[in-house]
Amino acid sequence: MFRSLVRLQGALGNTLSLTTVCPRSQFVLKYSTATAERKKFYQDVSISQAENGLYEVNLDRRKLKTPGGKLFTVPNEALAIAVATEWDTQRDTLKFYTMHLTTLCNTALDNPTQRNKDQMINAALKFLETDTVCYRVDEPDGLVDLQKNEWDPVLHWIEKRYNVTIGSSSSILGPEIPEATKDTFRQHLNSYNFWSLTGLEYVITQLKSVVLSLGIIDRHLNVEQAVLLSRLEEEYQIRCWGNVEWAHDYDMYELRARAAAGTLFVHLTSESSTVKRKLMQD
Amino acid sequence: MASLSPPLRVCRGILKELRAIQGPSYKQSLAYNYVMEQFRKNKVTGERYCRAQLEAHHDSHTYLCLLMSTRSHLVLHNLYHSKGERSPEEVAGLVGLRMPTQPGGKGWEK
Repeated sequence: MFRSLVRLQGALGNTLSLTTVCPRSQFVLKYSTATAERKKFYQDVSISQAENGLYEVNLDRRKLKTPGGKLFTVPNEALAIAVATEWDTQRDTLKFYTMHLTTLCNTALDNPTQRNKDQMINAALKFLETDTVCYRVDEPDGLVDLQKNEWDPVLHWIEKRYNVTIGSSSSILGPEIPEATKDTFRQHLNSYNFWSLTGLEYVITQLKSVVLSLGIIDRHLNVEQAVLLSRLEEEYQIRCWGNVEWAHDYDMYELRARAAAGTLFVHLTSESSTVKRKLMQD
Repeated sequence: MASLSPPLRVCRGILKELRAIQGPSYKQSLAYNYVMEQFRKNKVTGERYCRAQLEAHHDSHTYLCLLMSTRSHLVLHNLYHSKGERSPEEVAGLVGLRMPTQPGGKGWEK
């Protein structure tokens, strides 16, 4: 029982406390445990738009619901299609650990940890104090240079982009982040809606870095670059000692998938698209 | 701006991934139609600098990364991690040893 809880945490990130909050915890546990795959119980997946403008996902004739029992609804068509594709591409069994967008939507809909925006922003900003790109090593020289050459440009970019000071340090306490910097980021994060913030926090917790996360969200980096920078020390060790497919590659692809899902989730839930058509001249 | 591969390649990459996960009937899927429509819509139509196009390009690249990584991760998962842990017998066999077949061997004496 305990072990499956731990696995659940691994698979769903912060959806874990669902089991304590939600009265149907037994069902949730069965539904979302990564190892216990469920048999596929549907054939066709489709989406439909409800009267309130939200999109729903239908499995055969039934409507998809969240683990908490709410109706599964998403704000736009693109996200609905991406989620539907995740369900559609499952073969004989449902592998929930490959359905990152569905998981994120569930988290946003159910809000299992019952947090508000301020709490989420504070949790996200906690990562700034221990940001991956701010912690440097003193030795070995190769890694010192690598960190300087790879991380400094991103750090400079974000300092310029948000007009803040962050700095880096090789002491165990990390750099002293000024209060003004935190306020700037707090204000910036406040401009995101609840859904995007869910995605953003997910990316930050995956990459262990606010700087890199904002780098992809602001489209300064692509996912592969951000993941590489987040795993810089590991990549250095791989270069020295060799690559182990079942650990290194496995982790890397998982991190990439999660970071990409989070990024896409933020972009899809925060954008308001407008279509401008050229006037036909004929 | 992040360096991204050209849109056409990203588009083809996504379609390739969709075919890999959805099989031969992928052209009837929702995702196929949506992706094609988006790529057609965001073609350059004039000399205007278009921010939305860059955004769409980045998003499509992110989606491609999601599909590719999920698939690769699943392949590795099935290969190495899907069967759970190896049994003691198997582990011993890996290094050319055998588990004692019955109590009474070394380590059992009082």
